[in-house]
Amino acid sequence: MPQLDSQWFVPQLVWLALTFLFLYIVMARVALPRVGGIIEERRDRIADDLEKANQLQQQAEQALADYEEALAQARSRAMAIANDTREKLKAEMDEMRAEADAKFNAQLQEAEQRIAAMKDQALSNVKDVASEAATELVSHLIGTSASASQVSSAVEAELAQSGHA
Amino acid sequence: MASEGADGHGSKGIDPMHQFEVKSLVDIQLGPVDASFTNASLWMVIVVVTICAFMLLSTSRRALIPSRLQSLAEMSYEFIANMVRDNVGKDGMGYFPFIFSLFMFVLFANMLGMIPWSFTVTSHIIVTFAMALFIFIGVTLLGFIKHGLGFIGFFVPSGLPVALVPVLFPIEVISYLTRPISLSVRLFANMLAGHTMLKVFASFVGLMGIWGVAPLVFMVGLTGLEFLVAFLQAYVFAILTCIYLNDALHMHSH
Repeated sequence: MPQLDSQWFVPQLVWLALTFLFLYIVMARVALPRVGGIIEERRDRIADDLEKANQLQQQAEQALADYEEALAQARSRAMAIANDTREKLKAEMDEMRAEADAKFNAQLQEAEQRIAAMKDQALSNVKDVASEAATELVSHLIGTSASASQVSSAVEAELAQSGHA
Repeated sequence: MASEGADGHGSKGIDPMHQFEVKSLVDIQLGPVDASFTNASLWMVIVVVTICAFMLLSTSRRALIPSRLQSLAEMSYEFIANMVRDNVGKDGMGYFPFIFSLFMFVLFANMLGMIPWSFTVTSHIIVTFAMALFIFIGVTLLGFIKHGLGFIGFFVPSGLPVALVPVLFPIEVISYLTRPISLSVRLFANMLAGHTMLKVFASFVGLMGIWGVAPLVFMVGLTGLEFLVAFLQAYVFAILTCIYLNDALHMHSH
């Protein structure tokens, strides 16, 4: 068995020590720090990116919240304005209606007074005409002129009887 | 055909141990020390150069999005880093470069040994035993440096009746002392057996002529199995080193 040939023990040990020492130094000094650095850098980068993404998402959510708040405010303000306007218009309208009502009432009263006055005048005219006509009729019928007071009292009595006093 | 094949391989084809022979390529004598550059030395150099080339060239661009080779290098880094972290703990990370070098050395030696006509560095007991002994001595020294003479308490299982201590203490010490032997023989025997079997069946392919197809098919499956063994033995070697290191650092009761 060649493995038990002790002639080659020492050369193998010498070269094993040399080559392994070289390998250890290269790995420990150069290769492993480099690979570790690469892995760490990537991990940091990914963590960084994730953090940035989180921040952006938070910003976006904040913006959405702001927008919704602004929208709600605008809506409530619009509603308030609409309410105000409606109330103001209603108040104005009520005032105008009250004014108009008052004016119309005044005109109505005036008109009623005028009508009453005209009616009175008309009635008194009727009395005069009736008295005149009665005087004419009496003079034509009986040939004597009746006294004006007699005639007018008779007319008044007659008018009162027909309900026109 | 059959006789030609047998002649072509000559006595080497029949001798499955020929592949393990060490030959001097350059005779070097450093004082009393024979430091001849042999085919074993050549393959140690090839293993180390391949590992360095793999680790350094694949990561030379330091790409944030890794190429295939770079992710392979990163995977091996994280594989061993996790192994050390899980089996030794955070304070074991100082030994990470050593465990990593050890794993890569054994893995690449095993894998490159699968190339036909190559030489398997880890198929020599002197190499695996030297590594195991180095680990054993290092870990034992570390245990005494960390815990002083208290490290001897590691050989007394906790909760043991005092009467049993004289019986169990020697058993524990002996089982501890056999660690370098089991560690080195496991790797060496696996490599030796696997390569010998491959060689035997490969010589059957030539000797059996047309019927050599049968051992050829078997060889294909066996080669796949040997690749698995090559990785598995490197893994076992590294993880056992981690466990021994953990024993020395933390003296966990067993």
